[in-house]
Amino acid sequence: MDWRRFSFIGLIIVILFGVVVLIGGEQVSPLIIISSMLATTITVATPLTLGALSGIFCERAGVVNIGIEGMMLAAAFFGWLASIYMNTIFEFNAAISLTVGVVMAIVSGGIFALLHAWLSIAFKVDQIIGGTVINILAVGITGFLNRQLFFEKGSIFGGNVPHAPGLLPSLSKSLTFLCGGEQGCFGLPDLISGSVFDQKPVAISAIVLVAVSHYVLFNTRWGLRTRAVGEHPKAADTVGINVNRMRYINVVIGGMFAGLAGAYFTLESVPSFEPLMTNGRGFISLAAMIFGNWTPFGAWAAALVFGASQALQINLQFFRESIPPNWAFLQQSYVVGLAPYILTMLILTGIIGKTTPPAADGQPYEK
Amino acid sequence: MSEKKIVLDARGITKQFPGVLANDLVDFDLREGEVHALLGENGAGKSTLMNVLYGLYKADSGEVKVNGENLILSSPRDAIYKGIGMVHQHFMLVPVFSVTENIMLGAETDHRATPNESPLVKLDRKEVAQKVKSLSQQYGLEVEPAAIVGDLPVGVQQRVEIVKALYRNANILILDEPTAVLTPQEADDLFRIVHELTTRGVSIVFITHKLKEVLAIADRITVMRGGKVVGTTTPQETDEHQLAAMMVGRDVILTVEKEVAHPADDVLLVEKLRVRDVRDIETVRGVSFTVRAGEILGIAGVQGNGQTELAEALTGLRRIEGGTIQLAEKNLTGKTPRIFTESGLAHIPEDRQRHGLVLGYTVADNMVLCDYYKAPFGVNGVLQQKALDENSRRLIQEYDVRTPSPYVSAGKLSGGNQQKVIVARELSRANVKLVVANQPTRGLDVGSIEYIHKEIIAMRDRGVAVLLISAELDEVMALSDRIAVMYHGEIVTTVDAKSVTREQLGLWMAGSKVQQPAA
Repeated sequence: MDWRRFSFIGLIIVILFGVVVLIGGEQVSPLIIISSMLATTITVATPLTLGALSGIFCERAGVVNIGIEGMMLAAAFFGWLASIYMNTIFEFNAAISLTVGVVMAIVSGGIFALLHAWLSIAFKVDQIIGGTVINILAVGITGFLNRQLFFEKGSIFGGNVPHAPGLLPSLSKSLTFLCGGEQGCFGLPDLISGSVFDQKPVAISAIVLVAVSHYVLFNTRWGLRTRAVGEHPKAADTVGINVNRMRYINVVIGGMFAGLAGAYFTLESVPSFEPLMTNGRGFISLAAMIFGNWTPFGAWAAALVFGASQALQINLQFFRESIPPNWAFLQQSYVVGLAPYILTMLILTGIIGKTTPPAADGQPYEK
Repeated sequence: MSEKKIVLDARGITKQFPGVLANDLVDFDLREGEVHALLGENGAGKSTLMNVLYGLYKADSGEVKVNGENLILSSPRDAIYKGIGMVHQHFMLVPVFSVTENIMLGAETDHRATPNESPLVKLDRKEVAQKVKSLSQQYGLEVEPAAIVGDLPVGVQQRVEIVKALYRNANILILDEPTAVLTPQEADDLFRIVHELTTRGVSIVFITHKLKEVLAIADRITVMRGGKVVGTTTPQETDEHQLAAMMVGRDVILTVEKEVAHPADDVLLVEKLRVRDVRDIETVRGVSFTVRAGEILGIAGVQGNGQTELAEALTGLRRIEGGTIQLAEKNLTGKTPRIFTESGLAHIPEDRQRHGLVLGYTVADNMVLCDYYKAPFGVNGVLQQKALDENSRRLIQEYDVRTPSPYVSAGKLSGGNQQKVIVARELSRANVKLVVANQPTRGLDVGSIEYIHKEIIAMRDRGVAVLLISAELDEVMALSDRIAVMYHGEIVTTVDAKSVTREQLGLWMAGSKVQQPAA
């Protein structure tokens, strides 16, 4: 990740924020706009960041994973399902139900990834096709079960969707809960509340995982071996590294990242499941991964750009009335909504410098 | 020589691959501090044997003893643990990693007093770099620990591989075709290193198919053929001819037999040619020469002195910066490769896999790559499979290509047979006036080399002009009628091949000025 790329990302974010400040600055203090946009940016970037980390672990080990979208969707569904079961059938409280939901999301992401790893490594299936299979499978399974369990007469929930146990709480709320009241923890909850830092658990863990992934990939034995297996598997084999084992584990780790991203959708963002609700985020994650040149911090920065463009879209809706007439096209929310996709295309054309994938990315290993 | 301790002893190694018995009851031993050369043609089973000794393959039967201890090697890890190191022909280095990272890979905490098996253990890059530095000084193997391997020249990468083995305390080192990718200078350097290592007690298995090397460096020589050991000898007891015969299984003519040349008119006329390479540096700097019908002009020179770009320019593959190229009285300056081909050029390219063949195509298809669009192969834009079939069967027979069928993909053939496919395609075309052969025998075994040399001479005797570019001085001297020496993008001199010595050519290739007027 070079300074050029990071400064380009900084520039785009400044422009996106600037547009909103220019339009809404007269009604609301620019400071508030910026801080609220920043918070939205970080929140919206969460699944993209985790998705990109998922891709990084798979591809650094040499397995292309375009099934992240499907892994996220499946995890979103199964995590949500688990939390509802825990809450309504087994009658656990919301905190336990949601925690089990998150764990279930991570596990189901891992299981779908294991399937992808099995197809790619044991059967040497073309990894693009394998990933597509995962995507189609996830759409099919979640759509089918969603209908069977909730909408069919005589099904377990009797044809109506039960109440979800709610959503994962934000940092300030969790602290309040953990410290036993607003005054505990030296008043921290009060201080954080409503600020950029008042994020929810998945969003916070995404940022922590960026730093952890960077450390693991570039400063530990595991990282060195993972990268070796993705660059030159034969070289790794000749120094006694089990190439396929490394690949299996890394793909499953990647799937678990995608699973956590799935938890964001149904347990942290909205308390419900909709078919196809991941809506291409898995693929935008891959663009972020590429733009970040397969590095965690680079991918995070790229994810933030996508987050910022979505924050723009959301915030512009507040200030619709203030949009100057010659910028009227910005009133159409779909025009602004295109921003992340246009950015993706620009990035993939390599306008901002070339990126280099791991040399053995997508190639099955044969002795 | 006193009998030294046997450090590696393999008995009755047998390894069966689908359809091939790669090793058939092979015995091989290695004594402490010796260089034991393992000689054989491509496919003789040398690499299989070494991969068994290194734990990459599991032998079907047979036993291996290291320092008198019976071993079952089931992975390279076991071999490394027992002090066996291997430098593969294609280096096992990660190009984007630093030298240090490559060396510590798989042995990340071996430098510590108590190794740590945790996958999340932190990498001690500094400490390892320090150890690499001291190892490289100790053995005279200069490497820069922080350098990125992909940026290093091949010779240095090989040194990294050797340091990598020494770092793992290897006292048995297997070098698989170590000189195949080296320039002559780098090879000399390697020989010095090998010598240095043996004086320090490292025992070396030196795999090669180059006879001269074997005689120069080995203490003992074992020859393999068709998966079996033919015999073991020493450089004192044998010579090139005997070794070649052992390798091939029949008498081989090492010296090329040829009649006196009868050169006629100029076919290729090159004037003041200037060419830039991929990095945009001018590597051919005002070269002029002619090649006449019925003669072979050899271009001698250390690799990287402009030969590659010269060959590419002469075949229309690279844009030229200045000068002219005339083939058979036709000015071809700035023309496309097809016009060169149609004007009578046959080209045997330097890199047969990248520029000579489409590896995924069948042998039959590869044999018409120059003519596919013309009758009888292409009629109204449709390939005539029957003509292709007949053509390939005829050429396979004529040029002795060993392939199960014309419909095997070219990538599946051995190097020698791939080269024969190219030679067949290029030399069999009607109307060939000039052959540009660049490194035509690189990496081939003795039998194939002999064959390709014969074909080149035959072309000359048919009155075709031949331009031979080779980094093997012996090859240039054996085949050429005249020799042009290329140094730093210029032709230093052109001499009669019969009146020049190897030493004199070597000096010119190294850049010494020409004293006497050229012949």
